Amino acid sequence: MHTPAVVSVLGEDRVGIVAAVATALAEAQANIEDIRQTIIGGIFSMTMLVTVSEDAVPFDELQRRLARTAEDLGVQITLQREDVFRYMHRI
Amino acid sequence: MYISPEEIVETLTMITQQNLDVRTVTLGLSLSGCTHPDVEVMAQRVYERVTSAAEHLVPIAKQIEREYGLPIVNQRIAVTPIAQLAAATDAEDLTPLAVALDRAALEVGVDFLGGFSALVQKGTGDGDRRLIASIPAALAATERVCASVNVASTRTGINMDAVLQMAAVIQDTAQATADRDSLGCAKLVVFANMVEDNPFMAGAVHGSGEPDAVINVGISGPGVVRAVVSSLPADADLTSVAEAIKATAFKITRIGELVARETAHRLGVARGIVDLSLAPTPAEGDSVAEIIEAMGVGRCGGPGTTAALALLNDAVKKGGAMGTSSTGGLSGAFIPVSEDTGMIRAVESGALSLEKLEALTSVCSVGLDMIAIPGDTATETIAGIIADECAIGVINAKTTAVRLIPAAGKRVGDRVHFGGLLGEAPVMAVNDWAGTVFARRGGRFPAPLGSLRN
Repeated sequence: MHTPAVVSVLGEDRVGIVAAVATALAEAQANIEDIRQTIIGGIFSMTMLVTVSEDAVPFDELQRRLARTAEDLGVQITLQREDVFRYMHRI
Repeated sequence: MYISPEEIVETLTMITQQNLDVRTVTLGLSLSGCTHPDVEVMAQRVYERVTSAAEHLVPIAKQIEREYGLPIVNQRIAVTPIAQLAAATDAEDLTPLAVALDRAALEVGVDFLGGFSALVQKGTGDGDRRLIASIPAALAATERVCASVNVASTRTGINMDAVLQMAAVIQDTAQATADRDSLGCAKLVVFANMVEDNPFMAGAVHGSGEPDAVINVGISGPGVVRAVVSSLPADADLTSVAEAIKATAFKITRIGELVARETAHRLGVARGIVDLSLAPTPAEGDSVAEIIEAMGVGRCGGPGTTAALALLNDAVKKGGAMGTSSTGGLSGAFIPVSEDTGMIRAVESGALSLEKLEALTSVCSVGLDMIAIPGDTATETIAGIIADECAIGVINAKTTAVRLIPAAGKRVGDRVHFGGLLGEAPVMAVNDWAGTVFARRGGRFPAPLGSLRN
């Protein structure tokens, strides 16, 4: 089952954030469809549209892996199903 | 279609900083197959029906909460008004049914279960009589069960005998739970124009026009609305304020709509309604009173409060109605005193009185809610307050309700502490000029002219 989802990353900028998050996603067979990334006042902000392959790695397992990545990097990472944003911001 | 980073950040900010959540996912269950002449057998059937039908409710809600990164604060159950089952037995004490419901709620992990209820707006049947008489003992013997009685409707008028009886039941419930600050009264609602699909406690029941099982969702979000109103410039006119609230209510409602769809689908039951109520919590900032103050009224309860609340309530409905085609339940801003830190502050500063709260209930949902009054308040006074609130509901064709706590042994200025979502409340002064005659006249307050719609 392929589930569209949004990864959002927020925290202090440092080397290797994109690499670490992308690696965690790749290891879970999650495909990155789009990335937007910016630095606002030293705060690293990235949103990714991804497709989670739940047959390879279930959604909640990927959430746990990303939580570990977040802890290693000292940033905040959330993985949410994409519909929550679509419902809220699109008619 | 790509969601912009700004939109993603807006949603995350609402959740992490402004208390955006889904307040309740409530499973409505029919118990009509559980009747039996022996009340103990009926209690066992009720327990089995609830525990089997609601087994997956909490795990599924938790799973949706994780996947969407969206708090679903409460999972609850509403059942067929128990007075309808009571007709099948001749047991005088219906507490065993309440105890069975309490055990079932504990077993499936829900904090409240509503439906120890009767509808007596036009007259009191024998099952209704026994249910109402059992309420004080049932609420004292259980933790999670909520009771409600509908005593009036626009179509039928007000059953004034039931109003007086409920005033006494409220007092008896306060005494029966005196060791817990009269907590039982926090789980007892007297209604006019009760709705059959309300997901919010303590007044939720599963009405007779509903399917066997249904998911109803109550949205929330006072904190989000307050943040949006606060961000407007002080000279923004009220049309702009209404527009900002409407746009925010739309977003909040869409979240409720999504959660309702997903929960009903995964549980395999019918999708019911989304209730567009702004429900405050004791959390700082998650307050309807603070929205009124952000709109510019000096302190909630001051002149302008009724107008501000009316605008808020209307804007929430307009935005919400665009967000879902399944509106229902109570759908209006709640003003429970004990559950809203801004309301408590307003009462303690002298800005908000019981009479102003009564006026507010004519423009919002739902009534005099979670208000502590002195423990020695006369029965006729409580009955008069209920009758006044019913009259507002009946004449204006809206739901109104009374959830008063005549706190045993407490006086004006004392406090009651319930903890959790029920919060705490200062004991408020009551106008004691009710007299002893009006409430004891009894009979039926005739249905108003407005009931003749056909």
